[in-house]
Amino acid sequence: MDFDLSEEQRLLKDSVDGLLNDSYDFEQRKKYGAEKIGWSKAVWGKLAEQGLLGLPFAEADGGFGAGAVETMIVMQAFGRALVLEPYLPTVVIAGGFLRHGGSAAQKAAHIPGIIDGSKTFAFAQLEKNSRYDLSDVSTTAKKKGDGWVIDGEKFVVLNGEAADTLVVTARTKGGQTERDGIGVFLVPRTAKGVTVKGYPTQDGMRAADITFTGVEVGADAALGDPANGLPLIERVVDEARTALCAEAVGAMDESLKITVEYIKTRKQFGVPIGSFQALQHRAADMFVFTEQARSMAMLATMASDFNDAKERAASVAAAKVQVGKSSKFVGQQSIQLHGGIGMTMEASIGHYFKRLSIIESTFGDTDYHLRRASEAGGII
Amino acid sequence: MDLSLTPEEQAFREEVRAFFRDNVPAGIKKKLSENRHTTKEDMVEWTRILHKKGWAVPHWPKEFGGTEWTAVQQYIFNEEMQATPAPPPLPFGVNMVGPVIYTFANEAQKKHYLPRIANLTDWWCQGFSEPGSGSDLASLKTKAERKGDKYIVNGQKTWTTLAQHADWIFCLVRTDPAAKKQQGISFLLIDMKSKGITVRPIVTIDGGREVNEVFFDDVEVPAENLVGEENKGWDYAKFLLGNERTNIARVGMSKERLRRLRELAGSTQAGGRPILDDPKFREKLAAVEVELKALELTQMRVVANEGKNGKGKPDPASSVLKIKGSEIQQTLTELMLEVAGPFASPYDIHGDDNTNETMDWIAQIAPTYFNYRKVSIYGGSNEIQRNIISKAVLGL
Ligand SMILES: Cc1cc2nc3c(=O)[nH]c(=O)nc-3n(C[C@H](O)[C@H](O)[C@H](O)COP(=O)(O)OP(=O)(O)OC[C@H]3O[C@@H](n4cnc5c(N)ncnc54)[C@H](O)[C@@H]3O)c2cc1C
Ligand SMILES: Cc1cc2nc3c(=O)[nH]c(=O)nc-3n(C[C@H](O)[C@H](O)[C@H](O)COP(=O)(O)OP(=O)(O)OC[C@H]3O[C@@H](n4cnc5c(N)ncnc54)[C@H](O)[C@@H]3O)c2cc1C
Repeated sequence: MDFDLSEEQRLLKDSVDGLLNDSYDFEQRKKYGAEKIGWSKAVWGKLAEQGLLGLPFAEADGGFGAGAVETMIVMQAFGRALVLEPYLPTVVIAGGFLRHGGSAAQKAAHIPGIIDGSKTFAFAQLEKNSRYDLSDVSTTAKKKGDGWVIDGEKFVVLNGEAADTLVVTARTKGGQTERDGIGVFLVPRTAKGVTVKGYPTQDGMRAADITFTGVEVGADAALGDPANGLPLIERVVDEARTALCAEAVGAMDESLKITVEYIKTRKQFGVPIGSFQALQHRAADMFVFTEQARSMAMLATMASDFNDAKERAASVAAAKVQVGKSSKFVGQQSIQLHGGIGMTMEASIGHYFKRLSIIESTFGDTDYHLRRASEAGGII
Repeated sequence: MDLSLTPEEQAFREEVRAFFRDNVPAGIKKKLSENRHTTKEDMVEWTRILHKKGWAVPHWPKEFGGTEWTAVQQYIFNEEMQATPAPPPLPFGVNMVGPVIYTFANEAQKKHYLPRIANLTDWWCQGFSEPGSGSDLASLKTKAERKGDKYIVNGQKTWTTLAQHADWIFCLVRTDPAAKKQQGISFLLIDMKSKGITVRPIVTIDGGREVNEVFFDDVEVPAENLVGEENKGWDYAKFLLGNERTNIARVGMSKERLRRLRELAGSTQAGGRPILDDPKFREKLAAVEVELKALELTQMRVVANEGKNGKGKPDPASSVLKIKGSEIQQTLTELMLEVAGPFASPYDIHGDDNTNETMDWIAQIAPTYFNYRKVSIYGGSNEIQRNIISKAVLGL
């Protein structure tokens, strides 16, 4: 039983924190967000230089062979700085698909571009009616010769405009909600028949709605088993959820810190408002919620080593429940304790609140995961 | 980072689990899982069993009967004890006055009192709270005047848990009325058989008798019963209260209650199916399970930290354990009440002694719910815990 970071992990943490301290304050973030793609290629280049984009990949594939704990360290730091760059869709999600399901040729074709920072990815999964259900897929992939033809619509695809390659879930057979018959395909964003409509998101990033009309791809586009890709999708999405839990904990840490600093300095009635017990107790509750979320984000991270797949999934679901509840409380109360200033775009606190709110509804909200934990037969 | 126990720790857990499984007397185990109170005889019997095994006071120094377990082993021991369930040792001796004695008392006191605590020869109770001094404990008024080789004690303590069984009471008393609040307090050990002590029961809302008022009317206490230095009692009290909080999450106990709750919800019908199959109930259950899991992890983090920082240094984060631990215990009693539904209502006339073996255990559900409101009040109320977090952690 040990919750400490190893020496190497501590060094990693110092290096990520250092990079973000130098190049990711609130004003710099505004500049990056204003770029056309919604994030900074210069920052992405620095992440590549420091080796962060290669962390989870095997050494044989040019990476560092790091595990879930390293991803947690990076995502927590990103949460503290509200990083906009597409680490989640590129390294965590596309990287996860390639690591767990990619053929040798697919790995060789795609991983080097991720590691050196030249290529980014997006995950085209959400559909109009699928909501959080990963097995609800209407987009189709039909066999044509050796290759596939993809038709359908995907929504709120993070980094959809800027990505070089889209990871697309599509049905190769069966009805809309059947577990069988779902495949995963690597589709160049510029392929003929791909239409991308980009827009800003509430939390300051950019996403896109993407239409696939008769998009033809080769046999090498299919990642894993095209007839039974759901287990792979579930595994990778659980890793994404775990990474999001860590990001949320980072955002909560920073929200609490900013808020406590604010109420120590803001004076009303001739005293710092932090001297009012009503606010002190609220801040104490924010601390309790944040610590409970940290514990569960750690559990989800360590669960990636659990042998029992059911226990692993239940742990991630439970973590997402706690993190969702905690995010809501910490986010809302951060605004409340700031008073009017918390309502402004100008203050950073509102941006944390917005990111926390969107994380809650990414890959399943609190109610969804509560049901999932409950259906798994409980977690105690 | 690694959640798993080492092979040695796993083996230790198996050993402890087997010991509890095979050695807790069946009658006692049944009472505990049905939320009935154990009797004094039960406690003595169980403490002697633990003592024979050498596990009655595992966290004490070796010379006084301790085991030198690591923080993790101690944690495993507590968890397994609660999960069995086995009765936790009487805290007033083992967790409260015992550590004060081996840390601050003189050699003669250590030699006399510690062995008697370890095998429950002496039943101790805690005389801190007074009618006018609850959360603001340092305002206490019970006074002890030095007259030759005696103190003369006058005043009143209240909420004294199980004083009706007690042989001894450890008290905070005011020895210097002129000094500032915290500075005139001493820590005194008083024989409950002394002339001038009156114990009066307080009946709690569940109908039970676990607390009392204790009156002191010119009670003579030998001066040698003072612990440490005169007027330094507040330091010892702070030490004692700090120890109290680390053990308060009661994760193992809540796990056991959760099992019990599932069992009851599985065997109680509503609308032609077990309540356990009602999706709304299942989600409530899952919600409390998530909270409990998070608490368990938070507790493990505090324990792992304690292993590093050394024992006896309470982590301010342990206030999180007190707040969440008590809230979860209360939620579980609430869900039990919900499952019992209309059958929670009949009041059992034997409710006040809690020992009637023939009593249908469902009759304990409402009283337990009522009684468990206490867990967010004692041991430093949850509001006091929030004050601690806001000062010690957040610097407000
Ligand atoms: C959308 C919007 C529209 C507005 N429109 C108008 C308008 O048209 N005209 C106008 O004059 N004003 C307007 N206001 C200002 C509004 O009335 C103030 O925001 C409000 O009075 C709170 O003051 P504050 O923002 O300075 O927060 P503060 O007073 O600094 O409060 C910060 C936090 O401290 C808490 N707090 C403060 N004092 C205490 C205390 N004694 N005990 C416990 N907690 C305390 C508050 O509840 C809050 O959570 C508007 C504000 C907003 C957000
Ligand atoms: C079942 C039971 C067993 C007990 N056993 C013992 C025992 O064996 N020995 C013993 O000495 N004592 C015992 N106690 C007493 C217990 O320690 C006190 O009840 C506790 O310290 C609270 O004091 P009080 O009841 O006087 O409440 P008060 O201190 O009057 O508190 C009333 C309310 O005000 C809140 N409050 C108080 N101060 C503050 C503050 N500064 N900020 C915000 N809120 C505040 C409290 O949280 C509470 O909600 C027991 C109590 C109970 C209920």
